[in-house]
Amino acid sequence: MTAPAPAPAPAPAPGAPADERLAPVPLLRRLLGRPELGAVVGAAAVFLFFSLAADSFLRASSLSTVLYSASTLGIMAVPVALLMIGGEFDLSAGVMVTTSALVSSMFSYQMTANVWVGVLVSLLVTLALGFFNGYMLTRTKLPSFIITLGTFLMLTGLNLGFTKLITGTVSTKSIADMEGFPSAQALFASQWTLGPVTLKVTVLWWAALVALATWILLRTRAGNWIFAVGGGADAARAVGVPVVRTRIGLYMGVALCAWISGQHILFSYDVVQSGEGVGNEFLYIIAAVIGGCLMTGGYGSAIGAAVGALIFGMTSNGIVYAQWNPDWFKFFLGAMLLLAALLNAWVRKRAEAK
Amino acid sequence: MARVGTGVRVVGAVLAAVLGASLAGCSSTGGKRAEDRAKAAAAGRPAVSTPRWTFAMVTHAGDGDTFWDIVQKGAKEAAAKDNINFVYSHDDQAQQQALLVQNAIDQKADGIIVSLAKPEALKDVVAKAVKAGIPVVTVNSGSAQSAEYGALTHIGQDEQVAGEAVGAELTRRGRTKAVCVLHEQGNVGHEQRCAGAKKTFGGTMENLYVEGTNMPSVQAAVQAKLQADPSVDAVLTLGAPFAATAVKAKEAAGSKAEVDTFDLNAAVARDLKSGVLGFAVDQQPYLQGYQAVDLLWLYRYNADVLGGGRPVLTGPQIVTAAEAAALEEYIKRGTR
Repeated sequence: MTAPAPAPAPAPAPGAPADERLAPVPLLRRLLGRPELGAVVGAAAVFLFFSLAADSFLRASSLSTVLYSASTLGIMAVPVALLMIGGEFDLSAGVMVTTSALVSSMFSYQMTANVWVGVLVSLLVTLALGFFNGYMLTRTKLPSFIITLGTFLMLTGLNLGFTKLITGTVSTKSIADMEGFPSAQALFASQWTLGPVTLKVTVLWWAALVALATWILLRTRAGNWIFAVGGGADAARAVGVPVVRTRIGLYMGVALCAWISGQHILFSYDVVQSGEGVGNEFLYIIAAVIGGCLMTGGYGSAIGAAVGALIFGMTSNGIVYAQWNPDWFKFFLGAMLLLAALLNAWVRKRAEAK
Repeated sequence: MARVGTGVRVVGAVLAAVLGASLAGCSSTGGKRAEDRAKAAAAGRPAVSTPRWTFAMVTHAGDGDTFWDIVQKGAKEAAAKDNINFVYSHDDQAQQQALLVQNAIDQKADGIIVSLAKPEALKDVVAKAVKAGIPVVTVNSGSAQSAEYGALTHIGQDEQVAGEAVGAELTRRGRTKAVCVLHEQGNVGHEQRCAGAKKTFGGTMENLYVEGTNMPSVQAAVQAKLQADPSVDAVLTLGAPFAATAVKAKEAAGSKAEVDTFDLNAAVARDLKSGVLGFAVDQQPYLQGYQAVDLLWLYRYNADVLGGGRPVLTGPQIVTAAEAAALEEYIKRGTR
């Protein structure tokens, strides 16, 4: 059944019939019932572990690297978490980031236009891709796994094919000397340095997206629709939830964030490689799942996905700081993530038993 | 309970049988023991009394890459001799590779070795390392950008020059139509190799992109190409493991094309000797790793810089059947 978001309980009017669903819930109970509780415990455990295992992990400069690494993943983990709460997958999210960067760069270069023109065209193209995913899903009734797998493969081919066709090589040409580049770079890829700490603008983007997504989930009608669609689409439709609109909206949300990530990559590195981004879609899903999203939909949170991204950032960089043999990197990464997810499930069980 | 007991007993018996058989049936030639003897003969101990510096090497290699394994071996052996704490990391996505270089800066490494296959992505972070006073040596790819980004030296092969050597060799062998198989999409060095070969080759050359991390699909793609175009008489692969795959594809397609490759491995040496492959172009990966560590050590110890601001080249070397025999022993050892 549907799992509506816990809304703030208004105090029952005096004289009104008492309804236990409207009774105020004590704060501790409310905290224990949150999906991200387990992830927070997992994050604390991972942080403690690497603080002890790697002596360079606790340096301010290292922690700002970890935060940046987590933010690049987190920007995508947020909309993917929302999508998973809505009961769907998007396997094309990883290459869509590359597509967005490629479109932006090549449009500006080929048209000799102001860089901002390319950025806006890229936004439209990426949103159209998101719409395509959502529209195909709702029209064909095929599982989202299949639809987005198709999109993923097509985009991988388009990225390479178009780049090669237009530029003659497998990467785009530099747009750093074009008008509008500095201002776009300030928005998507700037950084502030305070002594050893470097704060990248992606961290701000990430925080803003988490706040926005949390507000949507917990405070708006659209948020209730997302939970309802993920909990049970037929039941949701029966009570008047616009299922088609919600799903398409969720996919366009993923596309919007893919655009932000893509522009970040473009304005950080100025040149985009056409073959990249493959495989990252699973990292977004992993971050969302560690953060307490269920694979079956209807349950999860944006804050959880952010914590999941943080766990991933700490683990992947922590292994490097600990100077473990890189041959085993993926093994350690997988084992750590599994442990975090297990701890998460265990904490949630304990919380529900209370 | 009883069933579990039997299971354990069965497993025990099987293990005992396997161990017994392996002890009884010793081989007096080859195998692990011969390898260990060869290793012991070449093992390095610190030969210097300089402090224990930490050098970090960050490459664009994918997981389980033969070529980079040899580079790493060279670097490790130089590190053993120079009393260096050697840290290796790699990622084939440019953004992640830049992050790994940042990790090395965070760890306050005493020297950084980096491969610039995707130079623009690493520009800022290399500049950051140089600004932090960490000497940087670039290796294998990025000879054009190395000095500009502030690295001390570049050690590697000029891919354009290597490609041109291949094109000339193919022309000398009377080939007319070649296919250049690129297995790492986005690698600028690979594009340069094919472009160089195309430039000096008398016939026509086409590029074929394949998915290097998936061998069966590589074979299928090359096979399809050879079936579609029977006039192809030369297939050029850009990595040793792909040569054997191209040979399989050629046989399956019933094509008469000659397979030539960049880089060496044991299978390539064997196939060169038996004439299955035409020639190989070696860039001495062991030397790239070894020299990179050694150059950093020299810089820290004596402020020495090699190359006079120009790349130090480790290739190309054209290896044919005759040379392959001489190199085979080193290839088997995993250092060529």
